[in-house]
Amino acid sequence: MSIKDIIAPFAVWKRAFEKPWTIKKPIDDRPGADRYRGFHKNDGDTCIGCGTCETICQNAAIDMVPVDGVQGDGGDSGLRPQIDYGRCCWCALCVDICTTGSLTMSNRYVWTDNDPDVYRFIPGYDSKEWDNAETGYSRPEGYSLLKEERVEMPALSVEEGLKSFVEMIKGYSAEQAVKEADRCVECGICVAECPAHMDIPGYIRAVREGNIDEGMRLLYETNPFPASCGRICTHRCEEVCSIGHNGDSVAIRWLKRYIADQVELEDYGKALPRPEENTGKKIAVIGAGPGGLTAAYYLRMLGHDVAVLEARKAGGGMLRYGIPEYRLPYDQLDKDIEYIRGLGVEIRYSINVDAESFKNLEKDYDALFFSTGLSDPYKLGIDGEDNPRVFGGLAVLDEVTAGKDPKLGKTVGVIGGGNVAMDAARTARRYGAEVTVLYRRRVVDMPADIEEIEEAAEEGITIIPQAIPLRVEDAADGKVGFVWNMAEMVDDPDGGRPRPQPIKGEIHTFVCDSLISAVGQGTNLPYLPEESESGVAVKRYKPVVDERGQTGNPGIFAGGDIVNSRKDAVSAIGDGHAAALSIDRFLMKKEA
Amino acid sequence: MPDREKFPVHTGGVENFDLESGRYMKVWQGPQHPGVTGNMALELVTSGDEIVDLKTHVGYLHRGFEKLMERRKWIQNFPLVCRICVPEPDFNEYLYAAATEELAGIEIPERAVWIRTLNLEMARLTSFLMWLGGQAGAFGMGTIGQWTVTMRDFMLDLFEELTGGRIYHMYIVPGGVRGDVPQGWFSHVLTTLKNVEKVLDDIELVLFNNAVFKKRAVGLGVITPDMVDYYGITGPNARASGVARDIRKDRSYLIYDKLDFDIITGISIGVDSDIFGRTRLRAAEMRQSISLIRQMIDKMPEGPVHVSPPNVLHWKIPAGETYLSAECTRGEYGYYIVSDGSDKPRRVYVRGPSYTHAVALFEHMAPGTNIADTAGLMVSLHTYPPEIER
Repeated sequence: MSIKDIIAPFAVWKRAFEKPWTIKKPIDDRPGADRYRGFHKNDGDTCIGCGTCETICQNAAIDMVPVDGVQGDGGDSGLRPQIDYGRCCWCALCVDICTTGSLTMSNRYVWTDNDPDVYRFIPGYDSKEWDNAETGYSRPEGYSLLKEERVEMPALSVEEGLKSFVEMIKGYSAEQAVKEADRCVECGICVAECPAHMDIPGYIRAVREGNIDEGMRLLYETNPFPASCGRICTHRCEEVCSIGHNGDSVAIRWLKRYIADQVELEDYGKALPRPEENTGKKIAVIGAGPGGLTAAYYLRMLGHDVAVLEARKAGGGMLRYGIPEYRLPYDQLDKDIEYIRGLGVEIRYSINVDAESFKNLEKDYDALFFSTGLSDPYKLGIDGEDNPRVFGGLAVLDEVTAGKDPKLGKTVGVIGGGNVAMDAARTARRYGAEVTVLYRRRVVDMPADIEEIEEAAEEGITIIPQAIPLRVEDAADGKVGFVWNMAEMVDDPDGGRPRPQPIKGEIHTFVCDSLISAVGQGTNLPYLPEESESGVAVKRYKPVVDERGQTGNPGIFAGGDIVNSRKDAVSAIGDGHAAALSIDRFLMKKEA
Repeated sequence: MPDREKFPVHTGGVENFDLESGRYMKVWQGPQHPGVTGNMALELVTSGDEIVDLKTHVGYLHRGFEKLMERRKWIQNFPLVCRICVPEPDFNEYLYAAATEELAGIEIPERAVWIRTLNLEMARLTSFLMWLGGQAGAFGMGTIGQWTVTMRDFMLDLFEELTGGRIYHMYIVPGGVRGDVPQGWFSHVLTTLKNVEKVLDDIELVLFNNAVFKKRAVGLGVITPDMVDYYGITGPNARASGVARDIRKDRSYLIYDKLDFDIITGISIGVDSDIFGRTRLRAAEMRQSISLIRQMIDKMPEGPVHVSPPNVLHWKIPAGETYLSAECTRGEYGYYIVSDGSDKPRRVYVRGPSYTHAVALFEHMAPGTNIADTAGLMVSLHTYPPEIER
């Protein structure tokens, strides 16, 4: 101890004259830092209500709640996160994991109110003064808690694929499937979108946990065509997949295929439930396509006797006659059908139903379900379309299925932009032809699956968009000329999708060996008696049914392409399932 | 190795003192008391103003963190661990993240390692600033506390800019750090460090050259080197007694082997192992932290700061166990994590230095001291009750 120890402390007297550091709130405001984790904001237009924020929240501070004015359709659950600030700890895990990036935080951190209930609020909907704050925490670039890249699917190279009709997609290995299944956040947005309402998060979880039998059981709860749908489904589920908003959607279709591929047909019975006890009721199903056979499967499972009548020599409908083998090998389709048949469903092939036999069926059976698909190709509606070098798209695919060479020549033009057009074009390509697809609107407007369009382009198929057909005429050397008019897209004054409008003078002729017309097809119902006799009304060529598939005649039900607007396999499967349940309710006098 | 006779195991045997005799009085200090750090109670038996026995009571702050973590997914724990020690959350964040990464086999980018180290040294400085105010305040010098807490607030501003939070940073996550350093942040750090240094210079005059502080702190609460292993003393409490023990040097982790610094001990700065010496040593370590931060800002490499784990909702970590430790302001901070291969930790055990310092050591040191010195003595051990009760 020295004299210095007495004097030295006085040296800091100078601090008495310093300006205070204190911020005089609320006179002086101090904004939070640029990445401050302050009060939540949510962009309602971007949010899809997937609820991943609710799942990750470690304090259970987030609840997904319905919000006025938000519709739950088209990949939006209709729910929005409600945050309870009595539980929130502002860790921002919800912001980091948000699949769409809609959830962010402002840099505001002061909020006082004497009503305790207001602290549980719905960001973006309960308006707050920080809704438009520009700064605050958002997920840093490159920082991700989810895997955004899809596991690549092993496939044949384009050159290999073009050589034959061998299936191009090889399927995931167990390791790849588990890795892909890991990407799912189990939000369930896909379930609502799937026409068959399959338990997609459930069977993906089964893949992740290596429980294939459980996966099979979940698949068959809503879809008895997993091997087929796992290959060719239009996978609307993947279009709405929440992971797809910031990366690649989960390969839901391939995972479904993975499950079905792991089980041999003989072992299906070990995983799947057996039909219920016989009820003694008899049901006839007309058409052994996906719609008809699905109805047959679920009716059989409920204990009813089912007879399926099919005009063709084999079942599967469009899956067999409209989809080429390189996308859906026949043995896989047979696997699905054989399992249904093996449960005791009687399938009678080569039976043509006419109005007379339809009436007899109605008498002989307790209920009737018809799902005969679209078999009547639309006409182009232009001069010269009956030229012998013009073929129907379906007819070409049909012939190839029967094992015949369609003899299309070296150059082929395909008119249309749907899946049949793409399948016909790619089939022609496999017979060595130079193929050009001509479509009246833009490529983005094509109804075909985007994958089919991309794969067609990879295989060297030229696509000429905005080509309005004018006429078909003979050309030199036995060729055929397709005259078309270049179109420009004009906005529809009624707010519909843009329409093609011919550009004056821009008329071209496309000369080829064969033309394939594939501009869609309509229903063909020659077997249906008049409404006065059958009670089944037909409007715009379609049978009229309620949401359960029931026609005006309570014992007659319909479904599939002839009824719904989606016109794909999985919608037919959804219809078949719904109709089976309605038929059961009708027959067993159950309450809905 | 010291024997039990020399350092008797404290029995807490208050009943040994005949309270009826009028010679003894029982006094409860805490759990709500400005002289006790955090929520913890001291049961004192006094004779006059001399403490003859002390029993510590913990449990007022028990939140069951270790158990909670067993029920949360791996990623959900990083917002939780920072709460285990409020004044320096970053050590918890780092150890949890690093142990998780080790079990999962994740290598993190180099820049992330540097930023983590920078973050930890800033946390050390920030924590010492608050502690220094407390130490001075315990001896009646409240003004110093106002200065240091102001400086701590400026440090918290830096954390706010870097991490988005002032107290709970939730910045060091499994896979790296949450975001890169913002534009202009380094220069803001350097300016703030200069201000902190100015305050440290003033504290040199007002605290370490202060007759009042010397009178009370010198010779009080001596820790001898032979107590160090017996009581499991680590950190500045051990170093002040002359034991050169610092995990940053002994088991070089993060990037400490690339930085220029020496272990500071009571011998190297020429102080005794009493409250004065420990305070002195910590002040020296604050300047050391400042030097380390400057070195890191100078040499910080470029590159990414994060690697993505798999989808965190289904993130399963291979079965295994690990213990990682780091040198926090108070000594050895450790995380022992066991994974059974599922998506949640099977067991997380947190080893905090406060447990040994605040319970066994404090109960041994307090008897014989004056009741007015209890607060100063406790603060000089630098303990944080939340970290005793995980």
